[in-house]
Amino acid sequence: MLLLLEQILNGLQFGVMLFLLAAGLTLVLGIMNLVNLAHGSLYMVGAFVTAAVTSWSGSFMIGLAIALPATMLVGMLVEVIVLRRLYPRHHLDQVLATFGLILFFNELVRVLWGPRPVFLDVPEFLNGSVELLPGIPYPAYRLAIILVGLLVALFLYFLTQRTRIGMLIRAGASNREMVGALGVNVGLLYTIVFGIGAMLAGLAGVMAGPVYSVEMGMGEAILIQVFVVIVIGGIGSIRGALIGSILVGLVDTLGRSFLPTALRLIMDPSRADGMGSALSSMSIYMLMALVLFVKPQGLFRAHG
Amino acid sequence: MKFGLKSIAVSAAIVLSWGAATVATAKAEAVKIGMITTLSGGGSALGIDIRDGFQLAVDQEGGKLGGAEIELIIEDDAREPDRATEIASRMVDRDQVDIMTGLVWSNLAIAIVPKVVRDDIIYISPNAGPSLLAGAGCNANYFNVAWQNDNLHEAIGQYLQDRGVGSAFILAPNYPAGQDALTGFKRYYKGDIKGELYTKLGQTDYAAEIAQVRDASPDAVFFFLPGGMGISFIKQYNQAGLDKSVPLYGPAFSFDQAILGAVGDAALGVINSSQWNKDLNNEANNRFVADFQKAYGRLPSLYASQGYDAARLIASALSATGGNVSDKDALRAAIKAANFDSVRGEFRFGNNNHPIQDIYVRRVIKEGDVLTNEIIGKAFHDHQDAYAADCKL
Repeated sequence: MLLLLEQILNGLQFGVMLFLLAAGLTLVLGIMNLVNLAHGSLYMVGAFVTAAVTSWSGSFMIGLAIALPATMLVGMLVEVIVLRRLYPRHHLDQVLATFGLILFFNELVRVLWGPRPVFLDVPEFLNGSVELLPGIPYPAYRLAIILVGLLVALFLYFLTQRTRIGMLIRAGASNREMVGALGVNVGLLYTIVFGIGAMLAGLAGVMAGPVYSVEMGMGEAILIQVFVVIVIGGIGSIRGALIGSILVGLVDTLGRSFLPTALRLIMDPSRADGMGSALSSMSIYMLMALVLFVKPQGLFRAHG
Repeated sequence: MKFGLKSIAVSAAIVLSWGAATVATAKAEAVKIGMITTLSGGGSALGIDIRDGFQLAVDQEGGKLGGAEIELIIEDDAREPDRATEIASRMVDRDQVDIMTGLVWSNLAIAIVPKVVRDDIIYISPNAGPSLLAGAGCNANYFNVAWQNDNLHEAIGQYLQDRGVGSAFILAPNYPAGQDALTGFKRYYKGDIKGELYTKLGQTDYAAEIAQVRDASPDAVFFFLPGGMGISFIKQYNQAGLDKSVPLYGPAFSFDQAILGAVGDAALGVINSSQWNKDLNNEANNRFVADFQKAYGRLPSLYASQGYDAARLIASALSATGGNVSDKDALRAAIKAANFDSVRGEFRFGNNNHPIQDIYVRRVIKEGDVLTNEIIGKAFHDHQDAYAADCKL
């Protein structure tokens, strides 16, 4: 029972981590209609900048404070130099171009930091664990990830629903020409939106650094799951990204921990382990298929 | 028809004279060595270390190996089997290399080595040692100077067995090398397996697995998670506080010089297995470690030692044949003799051209600010892999 509770918490934490990435990706995909495979590269940049600044300054918080504007800046530069030309193009062109960006960023990171993974530790004040219930010590840093994720969800809710820029973003998404005709600089608006998306990816990288390995290509592995999240949640919907993330996090974690055990009840152990691990690797894709079968547009389609 | 015959005769003459010319100059030509390894993208740290180790041996001889002039062609496979296959066929057909080496990954080795050795080119593996090429699939032209994939896992199994550790929880990624790893471990460990998990390849979050370890409360955890997977796992394992109650054990791959910096203090004290360490006290190793640090400004890794040994092995063979690579039988015999001082000390080839060597147990320590390993014991003496019996050589 305690194990189940702990695994639910693990699933929630993993889901929130996915949300930090999915929020930015869905914002860009849903509003600017741009398939950005290089979103994971911005995540990597966030982690590397944090690691570099933290080791130089000795403070994780300084690393965080520099990494966020840095990734935002990198994102905006990429938007102005490359992505801006891709909005009217076919999705396939966007996929090709942003795949090229992945290769570019990977090699850039290798030139700057070398081929070896770099080190980033949990900040001192979050080191250690909290006894949530007797028998469940939970790492404090993972609790912090959950907290940050929920704060980001709140921030995005206010940004899109309660601010002028949020209103323009939503309006621009529905009818770009009309918003432009009303005297709004849509180009600048998109640059800002992309910057926000990049900063969110950077924040995910900052949070991920102390837990995962900070290495070249770290964004690609997790990005596949993030795409599953936004397809499940509905492209362009922040709420969908949140619900989708938590669903994927829970299904993935609970599948990995309980499927092999469950299968042992009906077949011999070695076959159960093999099949259990194979099935749990597929679980999030099966979830995606199920959701798309019932709701072809995803759970919360934003518009269109 | 007349024209046809004439042109055939002319071209035959040209081909023959050209052939004669190349035969005549062959002696003076450099030995061509083709190296395909991973120099970009994820996992490039391994290929770069293999290359640098190999290059160091060449530089020590002033651009030669075993007294013979060599031409070293280095290409990057970016860890992609397609790309590696393409480069390999180019090296065979266009560059006409005599010896090939460099591959890091088992899946790439399986894709390339069988084809290359069929073309009668000698392949010296500085790392990948899949069971497929060690048993029934062995070949007279294929030599592995590192190990067979199972070896380091077997060593930890033996170590835990020797120490009478009662139970273990084991995990590896769900792919062939992962399954080989756990099979290798269980071949020598006879205690209670409290849990056996196959994780997703490339997985980043291990919270679910770590919770299961805590729940099972074994006496030891053995894991094989190469590269970034291992870094994530060790960090998360320590963050969960489990390192204080259940010690981690693994092969050298997650505790090697190239990776320790990224794992940080979480790796301190962990026991792992390796056929090499920088503190092995023999003349060849002392020279290698000192020269490597001088040349590249960092401590050598396991992979660097394997690249270096690959070059030294080739050097010993070229020295024995006087730099002549056209007599393949003589070259093969000279390589098989392994008449060189390996940086790991005792080393010879078994019947399947894989090493018979000692495997050590190491512990991660801190020397000043730098994390590194020290040898604390030996798991195997003159160890040969389990597939050698299936090899017809």
